[in-house]
Amino acid sequence: MAPILQSSQPWVEKYRPKQVKDVAHQDEVVRVLTNTLETANCPHMLFYGPPGTGKTTTALAIAHQLYGPELYKSRVLELNASDDRGINVVRTKIKDFAAVAVGSGQRQGGYPCPPYKIIILDEADSMTEDAQNALRRTMETYSKVTRFFFICNYISRIIEPLASRCAKFRFKPLSEEIMISRILHICKEEGLNLDAEALSTLSTISQGDLRRAITYLQGAARLFGSSITSKDLISVSGVIPQEVVGALLAACKSGNFDLANKEVNNVIAEGYPVSQMLSQLFEVVVEADDISDEQKARICKRLGAADKCLVDGADEYLQLLDVASNTMRALCNMPQEFSYET
Amino acid sequence: MLWVDKYRPKTLDQVIVHEDAAQNLKKLVSEQDCPHLLFYGPSGSGKKTLVMALLRQMFGSSSEKVKVENKTWKIDAGTRNIDIELTTLSSTHHVEMNPSDVGFQDRYVVQEIIKEMAKNRPIDTKGKKGFKVLVLNEVDKLSREAQHSLRRTMEKYSASCRLILCCNSSSKVTEAIRSRCLNIRINAPTEDQIVKVLEFIAKKEGLQLPAGFAARVAEKSNRSLRRAILSFETCRVQQYPFTINQVISPMDWEEYISEIVSDIMKEQSPKRLFQVRGKLYELLINCIPPEIILKRLLHELLRKLDAELKHEVCHWAAYYEHRMRLGQKAIFHLEAFIAKFMSIYKAFLIATFG
Ligand SMILES: Nc1ncnc2c1ncn2[C@@H]1O[C@H](COP(=O)(O)OP(=O)(O)OP(=O)(O)O)[C@@H](O)[C@H]1O
Ligand SMILES: [Mg+2]
Repeated sequence: MAPILQSSQPWVEKYRPKQVKDVAHQDEVVRVLTNTLETANCPHMLFYGPPGTGKTTTALAIAHQLYGPELYKSRVLELNASDDRGINVVRTKIKDFAAVAVGSGQRQGGYPCPPYKIIILDEADSMTEDAQNALRRTMETYSKVTRFFFICNYISRIIEPLASRCAKFRFKPLSEEIMISRILHICKEEGLNLDAEALSTLSTISQGDLRRAITYLQGAARLFGSSITSKDLISVSGVIPQEVVGALLAACKSGNFDLANKEVNNVIAEGYPVSQMLSQLFEVVVEADDISDEQKARICKRLGAADKCLVDGADEYLQLLDVASNTMRALCNMPQEFSYET
Repeated sequence: MLWVDKYRPKTLDQVIVHEDAAQNLKKLVSEQDCPHLLFYGPSGSGKKTLVMALLRQMFGSSSEKVKVENKTWKIDAGTRNIDIELTTLSSTHHVEMNPSDVGFQDRYVVQEIIKEMAKNRPIDTKGKKGFKVLVLNEVDKLSREAQHSLRRTMEKYSASCRLILCCNSSSKVTEAIRSRCLNIRINAPTEDQIVKVLEFIAKKEGLQLPAGFAARVAEKSNRSLRRAILSFETCRVQQYPFTINQVISPMDWEEYISEIVSDIMKEQSPKRLFQVRGKLYELLINCIPPEIILKRLLHELLRKLDAELKHEVCHWAAYYEHRMRLGQKAIFHLEAFIAKFMSIYKAFLIATFG
């Protein structure tokens, strides 16, 4: 790749592994695919797991390693959510692509070049069920000459008949250890300095999502220079400072509604994401020693409901206010039922 | 020109309120490999201003030579063709748009229009490859499909195109998108900071500011800088020289909502509910977003109710706003909230006063 292109890419792309063996932490899939490289045998695959764990990376890497740069275009079709994937489009595009015959499986230019084509359906969980159903037939029709790679975050959104035709691999959130070793590698390349505390913070706040960790790292490096502390990382990460969470909880304990409302207003004005606030509240509440199990249950029940409402697009202020009010009523042992509801 | 526009800082060095953020942004774009950015924070907090100043920092004054275009894209959606109309604001280096404007078809904007723009790499006069910036506003209003569609585009074309996403509530932006951006929180300015801006404007306009007046305007602004400056200018038109306790009039629609609230606290009956319906329609026709109406109703109610009732009423406000989001006709849910309130309040009055 031309150097100018390299330097202008964000780090997540710059440090995307180009070879399957460099994909960290996903040993099972790496083993199977390494085998594929030797035998050129490959089943249909389904990769699933949370964001930033290497799914797309792995699929692209194996495709490149199988065919090399010359054949890649004619042998690999990548369709992702940025392409229209209605039923018709899926049918015609895949048909057109799969129907052109491939030559015999001869190694070319040092690449295995197996006698089938690969169709990568990235972000497959955003395809409608109808479109997935339409794929069943297509898969069968072209099963001799194509291999499908499905990639998704939620396996439950892939219809069973498709899923059952594939070898399934779960991509696990990266462990702290692996995360740190990847980060250290990047630090070395970019000439950055992170102490042990910063490293462990980075891995905690990115929760197994390596892409997020790399983005934070680059952000912090640009803002704070080459020596990066734990505090710098927190400030680019969007984690809510513990004081803010504490203040809200204290207001709930006080039993004063207006005080809690004021704190909620403050959270909103400061622009903290309410979904983030809910998860941090959850952690604090669950771990608190001075809150009874029953109270915890009452609080968490509403936290869950609010989270769902937010996903549905409900208003952040109203949801957080209701959570605060409910938390207050639980902590101050006010009755769970409302008095005037009819 | 309105003061809000006249005194919008043009460069990152001129901003008064988010000085730290501005200096940070300057450092971020000092190299060519800046990641995608997601700005989030309450409305009126100054995201737009920062983004514009940031573009200027990146591309110099040419970023200010923008043209507004209203184009119709013809999109081939398999079985049929659809027309999508979209307004864009563009300079030679950037394009700004509001993809959620097209409503439920927003994913086509992402799949066709944005992807096309992201693919094409600008080449400057010296033949050097640069990158282009796409500014997308209100990404929290994008449908799930549209957000999903953005994911790979953000990765695939990251060498030729940087995205700057803006939104109010980052909870509504999917995890997958947030994980692809550097998230930048822009908080609403504090009242003190607002006072500073108002004083700056007063000085530039050569106005006398009685002590404490700017603070009153700031206090009434709900930490929205835009609102503070607008109402400051209104005050200037209504009465100058300023006096310390001159009226700072609330917005018309807010006054209208306080009226509704006193109506429903005075009488709880089907007849009153019917009267209020007319007023709600009036607000909706004037393009006040339904969730804003509901929040304002709650705000007014909370000021007047007994502590005991506050919990109950805020719960139902959250409940009906959520339903409104899932449903289609806002008026049903606004009215249901009012009816619920009436029934609760009546039961309370009977229990308390017999
Ligand atoms: N297992 C891994 N080993 C090495 N690098 C990784 C790994 N997982 C993620 N990365 C880094 O994170 C970036 C994003 O990874 P990738 O695109 O594969 O995520 P994904 O699993 O497809 O996520 P999404 O579900 O959001 O599409 C890569 O460019 C790479 O830098
Ligand atoms: Mg991916």
